[in-house]
Amino acid sequence: MDRNHLKRQVDFMKRSFLDQGYLDEQFIQLEELQDDDNPNFVEEIVTLFFNDSARLLQNIEQALVSGPIDFAKLDNYMHQFKGSSSSIGAKRVKDECTRFKEYCTAGNAEGCFRTFVQVKQEHATLRTKLETYFQLARQAGPPGTSRGQVR
Amino acid sequence: MASSSSLSSASMAMGDEKPHVLAVDDSLLDRKLIEKLLTNSSCKVTTAENGQKALDLLGLGDGQHALNSIASKVNLIITDYCMPGMTGYELLKKIKESPTMKDIPVVIVSSENVPTRIKKCLDEGAEEFMLKPLQKSDVNRLRCQLTKFSNPHKGMLCMGR
Repeated sequence: MDRNHLKRQVDFMKRSFLDQGYLDEQFIQLEELQDDDNPNFVEEIVTLFFNDSARLLQNIEQALVSGPIDFAKLDNYMHQFKGSSSSIGAKRVKDECTRFKEYCTAGNAEGCFRTFVQVKQEHATLRTKLETYFQLARQAGPPGTSRGQVR
Repeated sequence: MASSSSLSSASMAMGDEKPHVLAVDDSLLDRKLIEKLLTNSSCKVTTAENGQKALDLLGLGDGQHALNSIASKVNLIITDYCMPGMTGYELLKKIKESPTMKDIPVVIVSSENVPTRIKKCLDEGAEEFMLKPLQKSDVNRLRCQLTKFSNPHKGMLCMGR
């Protein structure tokens, strides 16, 4: 396995995520925080995001389908979800959250339902893409180390 | 915040060069993020998941004394604005009401850019109001300002203000 080739693939994948708007600059900021003390920092943060967001999405789903809609509660859940999305640079997810919040503020239930489908979709798409990305990144080894030792 | 408080001098005298920051945020993800940003900038970090826990750590909880708290060591408090229970603004108020803690700079962070919110916090004595997610440059700037607070005579040049 040519490490350099893998590294190039990783870079290319990341570039395409950025170009297609799945991720934004914040993701790069996360990668810049990663160092020898925390070599898996980005993956840990992203894993945390997906665990956390699964829970939030469930709460939102519940709030949408059970009885009269509590828009304030929905907005609160979505605020948290949008916040975490923003923190990891999940651009498309974040944008859908913004749309959802607008419908919430307008008290538009139908709009909320529709947008929520989009939110879940973007979330699932990003999850798959990042899983592949991290798998590849792990194979390629830590970035910037000339010795190519995987810790 | 021009006064060199005795609190900072105390920690400097002990040879503890790293600023100690208390970061408050209800989001675990954001706490991890801010912690990494700060430790990468050579800061010591304590995190709290809500305002009440922050107050407890500072020895300002009900019926507490400041004795075993980190109060004397904290150089900066960074708090999220939107938190359940006690908001960052309410936490700011409590800190500013405390004779022991009122001189500790408090920075409010928020994902939302709301001018009335910003004004409210600054009027209440917040050092700064910053937008989330925090960047390395934001933390570098804060770090630089912290050094100025504890060493007013050193006249350090801070870049990128």
